[in-house]
Amino acid sequence: MLANSDPFVELDDLTFGYGSGPPVLAGLSLVFPRGKVTAIIGGSGCGKTSLLRLIGGLHAPRSGRVIIDGEDVDRRDRSGLYLLRRRMGFLLQFGALFTDLSAFENVAFPIREHARLPEAMVRDLVLMKLNAVGLRGAAGLRIADLSGGMARRIALARAIALDPDLILYDEPFAGLDLVSTGMTARLIRKLNDATGATSILVSHDVPEALGISDHVVLLASQGRVVAQGSPDALLASDDPEIRQLLHGGSDGPFRFHYPAPTMAADFGCAP
Amino acid sequence: MTAAFQVLLQVVGRTALERLRAAGHAALFSVGMLAVLPASLRHPSLVLAQVYVFGNRSLTIIAASGLAVGCVLALQMYYALLPFGAVDNLGLVVNLALVRELGPVVSGLLFAGRAGTALTAEIGLMKAGEQLVAMELMAIDPRRRLFAPRMIGGLVAMPLLAILFSAIGIVGAYLVAVPLIGIDATSFWSIMQARVDVLRDIGSGILKAAVFGAICMVVALYQGAESEPTPQGVALATTRTVVVSSLWVLCMDFFLTAVLLSAP
Repeated sequence: MLANSDPFVELDDLTFGYGSGPPVLAGLSLVFPRGKVTAIIGGSGCGKTSLLRLIGGLHAPRSGRVIIDGEDVDRRDRSGLYLLRRRMGFLLQFGALFTDLSAFENVAFPIREHARLPEAMVRDLVLMKLNAVGLRGAAGLRIADLSGGMARRIALARAIALDPDLILYDEPFAGLDLVSTGMTARLIRKLNDATGATSILVSHDVPEALGISDHVVLLASQGRVVAQGSPDALLASDDPEIRQLLHGGSDGPFRFHYPAPTMAADFGCAP
Repeated sequence: MTAAFQVLLQVVGRTALERLRAAGHAALFSVGMLAVLPASLRHPSLVLAQVYVFGNRSLTIIAASGLAVGCVLALQMYYALLPFGAVDNLGLVVNLALVRELGPVVSGLLFAGRAGTALTAEIGLMKAGEQLVAMELMAIDPRRRLFAPRMIGGLVAMPLLAILFSAIGIVGAYLVAVPLIGIDATSFWSIMQARVDVLRDIGSGILKAAVFGAICMVVALYQGAESEPTPQGVALATTRTVVVSSLWVLCMDFFLTAVLLSAP
C-alpha cells in the first residue's frame, strides 16, 4: 500500500485539543509517503488545519508524536524545530503575507533570511518563483493592491521560495478563480514531481485535490480516518461516508446541522 | 455563610493565581527579550530604521510639548521666585526641572502614547493576520527579527527625544523669561552654565529616558504579542500599553530619582 511505502511524515497515536477543551484529534495515526502528494479531505472542524499545524510544530500534541524524516517534532527543542522548519514550506489558510512589504519582498524574505546570496541572484530566484505562480508582473505591487486570489498565489510563491522538502498547503485553492485554481493545482503537482518534495494539502475542493493527489486521507470529526487510498479507489467506493465526503449531499452519515434542540423547542412552539 | 466564604476565597485565590501567572509570563517575556537583543545588532540597518521610525513619529508631539512645558514652567517659576527676589535663578530652576524630571518623564509618557501604541497595534495586527506564525514557520524567530530591533530602536530614540524635549523646553523658557518678562539673557544662561552638572543632572535624565524607553518598548511588544487576534483584542491591548507603560514610567521615575539623588 502506498501509505506504507517510505514514510516522510508519520503521526503516531496523536491526540490534540485546544486548552482544556475536547480533543480535536484523538489517537490519530497516519503516514504520508515521501515524494508524493497527499490530500486530506474532511468536513469543517474535523481537525485538518490543526493537523497541518501540528506537523509544522505550531502546536504541541497532548500525547503521541509527529515524526518528519525520522526526527521528532519537539516544540521544546527550538533549534531542532527551526532546522526542521527550514526544510518546510507552509501555505497558511489566509496567506499571511507581510503587509508592509511588496509582493517581491515577501517572496525574497525567507531567501534573504536563510541564504547569503548576492542581490542579483535573490532577484532572479524571486522572479522565477513569481513567474511560476503567474505573477512576475506583479512583483512591485503592494499587498494591499492585490486581489485575494493574487495574494494567495504570492503566498504560495513564498512557501516554495527555498525549494522545501515538505510543503504543507492549507486550502491552496480557496478564493481562486477557475483559471488560477487549475494553474495552482498543476503547479503543486509539477513542483512535487520536479523537486521530489513531499506535499500535504488540505482542501475542500475535492475535484482539484483528487486530480493531483497520489494518496487521499478522508477525515471525520476528532481526526477519525474514514478511509485512505488512491483517488480512483476512493471514488469507486460505495461506502456512504466516503461518498458523502467526496460527492457532498446533505443526506448521509455526516450531519449538516450542529447538534441543537428541535426547531419547535427553539421557536417556542413546543406543546 | 461558610459556603459563601468558600466561594469568595476561591474567587480571590483564582484571581491571585491568574495575576501571578500573567506577571510571571510578562517577566519571562522581558528576560527573553534581553536574551535576543544582541542578535539584532547583527542587523544594524533594521535597528536604525526603527530609531528613525520611533523618533520621527514622536518628533512633533515631543517638540510641541517641550515648547509648551518650557514656556509655562518659566511663567510659573517667575511668579514663584519673585517674592524671594530670586528671579535670576529662573533659568537654573527651569533647566534642572526639565533635564532631571520633566524631560524624561513627560517624553516617556508621550512616547508610550505615540510610539508604544503604534507598536502594539502593529504587532497585534501582525499576530491577527498570522504574520508572526508565518515567520515562525519560516524558521525565523519573530523576537529576533521583529521585536529586538524595535526594542533597541526605542531604547536609542527615547533619550534623544528626551534631550530634544528639554532643549526645546529651555528655548521656550528663554523666550518667555528674556523677551517677555525682561530677565537678563546673560544671567539666564550663565547661572545655568555654572550650576548644571553634565553627569549628575543631564546624565541622570538621559539614563532615566533610556530606562523609560526600554519599559515602553517591552510593554508595547508584550501587549501586542499577547493580544487577542481580533479588532477588539488589538484595541484593548493598545489601551493597556498606555496605562501599563505610564504606571511603570511613574513608578520607576520615583525609584530612579531616589537612587540617583542618594548616590555620592
